[in-house]
Amino acid sequence: MLRYLIPLAVFTVLVVFLAIGLTRNPQEVPSALIGKPAPEFRLPQLKDPSQTFSASEMRGKVWMMNVWASWCFECSKEHPDLFKYAQSGVVELIGLNYKDRREDALGWLGDLGDPYKLSAVDLDGRVGMDYGVYGAPETYIIDKSGTVRLKHVGRVTPDIWNDKILPLVQELNRQ
Amino acid sequence: MTRFCFAVLFLLCLLPLAAIAQVQEEEKSSGDPVIEARLAKLSHELRCLQCQNQTLADSPAGLAADMRREIREQMKAGKSDQEIVAFLTDRYGQFILYKPRVTPVTYLLWFGPFVLLLAGLAVLFRYIKSRRDTIAEKPLTNEERRRAEELLRS
Repeated sequence: MLRYLIPLAVFTVLVVFLAIGLTRNPQEVPSALIGKPAPEFRLPQLKDPSQTFSASEMRGKVWMMNVWASWCFECSKEHPDLFKYAQSGVVELIGLNYKDRREDALGWLGDLGDPYKLSAVDLDGRVGMDYGVYGAPETYIIDKSGTVRLKHVGRVTPDIWNDKILPLVQELNRQ
Repeated sequence: MTRFCFAVLFLLCLLPLAAIAQVQEEEKSSGDPVIEARLAKLSHELRCLQCQNQTLADSPAGLAADMRREIREQMKAGKSDQEIVAFLTDRYGQFILYKPRVTPVTYLLWFGPFVLLLAGLAVLFRYIKSRRDTIAEKPLTNEERRRAEELLRS
């Protein structure tokens, strides 16, 4: 009896492991930045390039940095939801316009609307590299002390907002 | 006909090279053969995060080009390979390394196969031993010995 049970048990364990493997998203790389200070940068703003934006200006506030580009298809799907998140008033939404052309980016915001308080222009992707960006859209939650608390790769769907981001942001606001 | 097929096959094999050449044309070389050689070696050990089954050396993705640019610049600035790898793992994590470091998190990855091998050997030895015990060696009877000698002689 045992003779048959052992291979069956081994097989079952293997199936369970492979099944778990299937449900995981291999695109999602754990961020090396969680719990670390958000990398400092100073970049020109999209709408008014004579103005700059720097991460340190957001000290004392909980903010959400959304990496977007007009060439990014998922970003256009995420875009309408961003208005809701920004209007919730719990978090300030800053855009990082990643490796985009200025006229394309402005046209995109003109067509779809602008949910961002402002967008900083990362033309050559250097700031993106400091943040470990590897695919837009990406979203970072940074707390009042300037520490990265969450990174989400891909679209922030209403489910992710309600289940993960909103509770975290509310918690961080209380701190 | 066969020759023609081979020629077509050969040309098809060259196609990917054309693609690589095109992609690299857009990228500025550092102009320093030492740096380019170091970059070639290092970028084979790093993963492109945009297309995860390619190395940084092979990937035509924009992010990979940015990373190669960054590596070139840091090499020019006199950084060692270790410093550059540390720069990238600080940002993208260990996942970027095709050869993960030996840390408690990766023990299973590094030593798991050897554990499995040992377990397999243990099972094999036990099986052989149990077989040897069940199939006991029986000495030949006189009659059998006589027949065996007869067969050998004929």
